[in-house]
Amino acid sequence: MPFTNEQLERYSRHIILKEIGVKGQKKLMNGSVLIIGAGGLGAPAALYLAAAGVGKIGIVDADVVDLSNLQRQVIHTTADVGRPKVESAAETMRAINPDVEVVTYHEFISSANIMDIIKDYDFVLDGTDNFPAKFLINDACVMADKPFSHAGILRFKGQLMTVIPHQSPCYRCVFKTMPPKDAIPTCKQAGVIGAMAGVIGSLQALEAVKFLTGAGELLTGKLLTFDALTMKFHTVKLPPRGDGCAVCSDHPEITELIDYEQPVCEFKPGKD
Amino acid sequence: MAEVSDIKVDETVDITDVVCPVTFVKTKVALEELDDGQILSVHMNDGEPVQNVPRSVKEEGHQILKLIDNEDGTYDLIVKKVGD
Repeated sequence: MPFTNEQLERYSRHIILKEIGVKGQKKLMNGSVLIIGAGGLGAPAALYLAAAGVGKIGIVDADVVDLSNLQRQVIHTTADVGRPKVESAAETMRAINPDVEVVTYHEFISSANIMDIIKDYDFVLDGTDNFPAKFLINDACVMADKPFSHAGILRFKGQLMTVIPHQSPCYRCVFKTMPPKDAIPTCKQAGVIGAMAGVIGSLQALEAVKFLTGAGELLTGKLLTFDALTMKFHTVKLPPRGDGCAVCSDHPEITELIDYEQPVCEFKPGKD
Repeated sequence: MAEVSDIKVDETVDITDVVCPVTFVKTKVALEELDDGQILSVHMNDGEPVQNVPRSVKEEGHQILKLIDNEDGTYDLIVKKVGD
């Protein structure tokens, strides 16, 4: 389908880029991305992917907008406090770009629903804030052969990696299993700087755009870390995907999804 | 247009109704629809488009065959598409 003059203008900065061009923009418009978590990472990613004209964007979150979210979750406004995050996010995304189809899932992901949700998307973006969800997303994406971007943030630090299942190392290749309870504080307990969440969430959106368009090289086989206090980015090369991984090796031990127990938090739960 | 009589133009695009950067974007879209070696004629206004569009087209690796002054404030840029 040819572009309308309005679309040519809206996407002109993409189309001008040699690495994207008309073909790349069409790939974005025919592509789909699922964002799990409409929080610190998912908010900037959803904004940029909607603006980029990704054809279909799914957004999963069971929470409602809390006043304490607004310091970093820039897709929601003060007037949205108390509304489901997916509703608030979808409204902002549609306002930015009516071309985009936004699908909302007002629910927690679990072993019961994740396979069914991810199956309709080309790329998955993990914007969750807890380890049970991160392992669940990794395992589900590996089992479904679904490329995804992992990210995590805490205080002034963030990390990021992209996984092409059965080709590049997965999250579980690097982090074998859940950290012990209370070994790592949640961002409620530890704090997080808003703009740093924006940096990492935007990098995830970039990986999604690169995946869909085929531009450049993906952050696979590498873990990128960012320290906002020292302004240092590091890329750590990961060992190749080996036989040792419990989920992505050729003879995996884990063949069914696991719902790990959510660590009990001393603060009121479910507000991130 | 007598000057182009020796060149077979496969497609034309009019970019006099848009401004930068859509001028180049429209040209690029038209070029993408052609095959390697086909010829596009781009009808453009004098001024900014004439200064920028030929250069951008060249940077993309296409071959500029001619820039014809229509002497009415418009130009026709004749481009040969290189690559697909």
